[in-house]
Amino acid sequence: MDFDWSVIWQALPELLKGARLTVLIALAGLAGGLVIGAAAGLARAYGNVVLNAIAFVYVELIRGTPIIVQVMFIYFALPILANVRINPLAAAIMAIIINAGAYIAEIVRGSFLSVHRGLREAGLALGLPFWKVLLYIIGPLAFRRMIPALGNQFIVSLKDTSLFIVIGVGELTRQGQEIMAANFRAVEIWSAVAMFYLIMTGALTLILRLTEKRMRIL
Amino acid sequence: MSIVEFKKVTKRFGQVTILDQVDLSIEPGEKVVLIGPSGSGKSTLLRCINALEEINGGDLVVDGISVKAGGRMVRLIRQEAGMVFQQFNLFPQMTALENVAFGPRRVRHEPRQEARKQALEMLAKVGLADRAHHYPSELSGGQQQRVAIARALAVKPKLMLFDEPTSALDPELRHEVLRVMQALAEEGMTMIVVTHEMAFARKVGTRLIFMEGGNIAVDGEPRELLANPQNPRLKEFLQHVA
Repeated sequence: MDFDWSVIWQALPELLKGARLTVLIALAGLAGGLVIGAAAGLARAYGNVVLNAIAFVYVELIRGTPIIVQVMFIYFALPILANVRINPLAAAIMAIIINAGAYIAEIVRGSFLSVHRGLREAGLALGLPFWKVLLYIIGPLAFRRMIPALGNQFIVSLKDTSLFIVIGVGELTRQGQEIMAANFRAVEIWSAVAMFYLIMTGALTLILRLTEKRMRIL
Repeated sequence: MSIVEFKKVTKRFGQVTILDQVDLSIEPGEKVVLIGPSGSGKSTLLRCINALEEINGGDLVVDGISVKAGGRMVRLIRQEAGMVFQQFNLFPQMTALENVAFGPRRVRHEPRQEARKQALEMLAKVGLADRAHHYPSELSGGQQQRVAIARALAVKPKLMLFDEPTSALDPELRHEVLRVMQALAEEGMTMIVVTHEMAFARKVGTRLIFMEGGNIAVDGEPRELLANPQNPRLKEFLQHVA
């Protein structure tokens, strides 16, 4: 067969539109996931019995079910249960938030608990309240240790957005699928889609590398 | 008024009793040296004073505040009782200066410039002004421990707690830490020191306490006790240490 570059050229605007949406879902989802993950992770590490139990159930529920089932639940089941209308984009972002949040919670918990116990005592012994010890002493150290694992999760979540093809969000994979359905050029289109993902994950890797370089892991 | 007062203090870890109804008063200006075999409760006793360990029975009053008062009151106690740890526990992401300025800045709420100024003075005091911008990982153990002492002093405590401050150091690095501690004692600081340094106890201590099995077994004048120990267990302990 011959590889027809003009097919990609023609598909480019649509694919770019899809890539933009992929980035939007991933960014918004990961931003929310970081917030939820930090809260759940800290609750797991330092919370009282109740907070710890809530966070534990959340993490286990999400880690124990496929993300595609989660987004189906949000998009199709939640409107019935809660009598609300959810548009596909919101459902997609919400799915990334709760899914990434659960994994990030474990990353946060692990890295906070990995910081030497003596530093916590040293902070407390100066007369600081515990939350300030977390904020000024343990947090900055834990954050450095989180970067490699967070990078991993960011890349996984970015690629997970391709699953939202099932609820009709016009992200990159969906766009590729639709173009392919019209022109049957599977080789060109899926090569181009793959390249787009590689460029996005590559950029993410680069950003993480630079961040890691600036912050020594201590 | 005593600065530290143990009233029948009991501390347990699970089923094990670490401190067994300990009574002890320490007056301002005293330099108390705590010795005893490992597991005798000396470190635990020290850590109860700034409430790093919670007591299970009795009461413990530090500078007029009970360690059982909780929350903000406990933080006040900790600001008055500086602590130096066996493992230094310097904050690795901060330079020596930042470590020392941290207390004034975050605990005493001094403006940044003022905190730095005070920190530099403290570092000069422990002989490390020229190491201000080094990270802990770039300092020797003895230097790290001196920074840790400066960090504790920078909060302006009324008494200092030392938990085996030289035990993690090579012999040739110990004297630089002990010298700083001696200078501090000469300034009149109230000090409670858990240590195995008998020479320090003799030279600097005004009171020697020998602990055994969660109790204070011997309490007296260091030179006398070390020269002529009456208690057979203390005698045996001193032979092992020397």
